[in-house]
Amino acid sequence: MDKINHALDEFREMDALAAQDSPIHRMHPLVKLLITLAYILCVVSFHKYQLSALAVMVLFPILMFQLSGIPVRTCFYKLRIVLPLVCAVGLLNPFYDRAPLLQLGNITVSGGVVSMITLMLKGVFALMASFLLIATTPMDSLCAALRKLHVPSLLVTLLLLTYRYVTVMLREVSVMSDAYHLRAPGQKGIHISAWGSFLGQLLLRSMDRAEDLYESMQLRGFRGEFYYAEVPKCTAGAVAFALGCSAFFAAARCWDLPQLLGNLIT
Amino acid sequence: MITFDNVSFSYESGAPVLRGVSFHIAPGEAVGLIGANGAGKSTIMKLLLGLLPCTEGEILVDGVRVEKKTLPQIRRTLGFVLQDSDSQMFMPTVYEDMMFAPRNYGLSKEEAEQKVDAVLAQLGLTELKHRHNHKISGGEKRMAAIATILAMEPKAILMDEPSIALDPCNRRTVINAINGMRMTKLIASHDLDMILDTCSRVLLLSGGQLVADGSADEILRDKALLEANRMELPFCLSGRH
Ligand SMILES: Nc1ncnc2c1ncn2[C@@H]1O[C@H](COP(=O)(O)OP(=O)(O)OP(=O)(O)O)[C@@H](O)[C@H]1O
Ligand SMILES: [Mg+2]
Repeated sequence: MDKINHALDEFREMDALAAQDSPIHRMHPLVKLLITLAYILCVVSFHKYQLSALAVMVLFPILMFQLSGIPVRTCFYKLRIVLPLVCAVGLLNPFYDRAPLLQLGNITVSGGVVSMITLMLKGVFALMASFLLIATTPMDSLCAALRKLHVPSLLVTLLLLTYRYVTVMLREVSVMSDAYHLRAPGQKGIHISAWGSFLGQLLLRSMDRAEDLYESMQLRGFRGEFYYAEVPKCTAGAVAFALGCSAFFAAARCWDLPQLLGNLIT
Repeated sequence: MITFDNVSFSYESGAPVLRGVSFHIAPGEAVGLIGANGAGKSTIMKLLLGLLPCTEGEILVDGVRVEKKTLPQIRRTLGFVLQDSDSQMFMPTVYEDMMFAPRNYGLSKEEAEQKVDAVLAQLGLTELKHRHNHKISGGEKRMAAIATILAMEPKAILMDEPSIALDPCNRRTVINAINGMRMTKLIASHDLDMILDTCSRVLLLSGGQLVADGSADEILRDKALLEANRMELPFCLSGRH
């Protein structure tokens, strides 16, 4: 119960974050969506040994955290479950790729270690960017942006409804797990023998609930298209910001900026 | 406003639930729909709203026949407060839920917001406006559900068990809210005291048939009639207090 309520609350917190006010929050959702996509594509496309070039990309999330006023801590707290998974992806690389790549003092670093770190960074950067997008853009506006990109209305409505529906289903789980634990005192979790009926019930209940909700929406004039939230105007500033970011991504991708900088200084 | 003409209905599997039901409700009337569990009260409401297909007989709402192609028009006319508020509220906050219908019917954000504020003030719920739907009590949720329907300004309102599971104070609030509405009202309930407080006319359903249709005062005082149909006199008329 507590865990589920906690999950519900965290869900709400994301909504609350997205409802704050900052230059980033006020930016047109489509612009944010495109910048985020460009960033992720760019990050993912780095070669596995381009560690120093990739590292520069951290500047974008830092800038976004600064401008949006969203604490970095919140980000890592919310991502605490997925982050380790993403980081685990490259863990085996050092064992496969032992060829020495660079020499730091008298320590030889193998290609595997570099590619592992690169892979982890890619994952973390992509997650941070996605988080920043969601934390600064209400789901409704995001869906409105998707519609502007001509994503089919069916898909967008599905996305929005799923988002809404998760809370409804969590509530259902919470009620059922309460009912279960009241009659199974001292048990941790739900006993494996009850999983089948628990899941079956959950499915049936959720379907009933979904049907009721859908009827109630239809009765209030819903015809398959949400009135999407008021979308802020696309300002010249936003466009300039987008162009600036893209230029930076392109530069970081084409040249190894830290190396260039190093060459300049020495 | 609402006409049932010789309507019969059965669910796909099983015995008929309604048999030859006919009645007419005039604009502005407040009508109570009573009957034991399973008498068919909710079924009548769902037929009216076109949530169930009417196979036999004819149903008219505001002069328009209820059928597939008239559903948008019918549903614009009728507001339905569900028996279970949890099934009715799906937006994150009360405010967003209330905005849903007006926005769907093409009002601008400002117009819709004005309407929402007016309804909240009328029901004395202003402090619920920005609360989260999953963090308000059952009674508050019921009031909020009523508010979401009032915000769409229907010509007639249908309510399924509006007073169920409410404490006396909230129940009284709901009754006052109902009495404050000027539109046509059809209220299904077992709470005969509430029906007596809010409705001038009563339809009594039993075994799928309309067994009585008359003034609330008469029917709700008819001990024999009520008991023959698995109900009791309203508490306030029973002389037990
Ligand atoms: N989806 C369904 N499929 C089959 N039969 C149904 C269905 N819904 C209701 N019924 C049956 O139809 C009859 C009338 O049900 P209805 O829900 O209209 O009763 P009600 O008067 O609203 O009862 P209550 O006071 O308990 O809410 C009942 O006998 C019920 O078993
Ligand atoms: Mg019912």
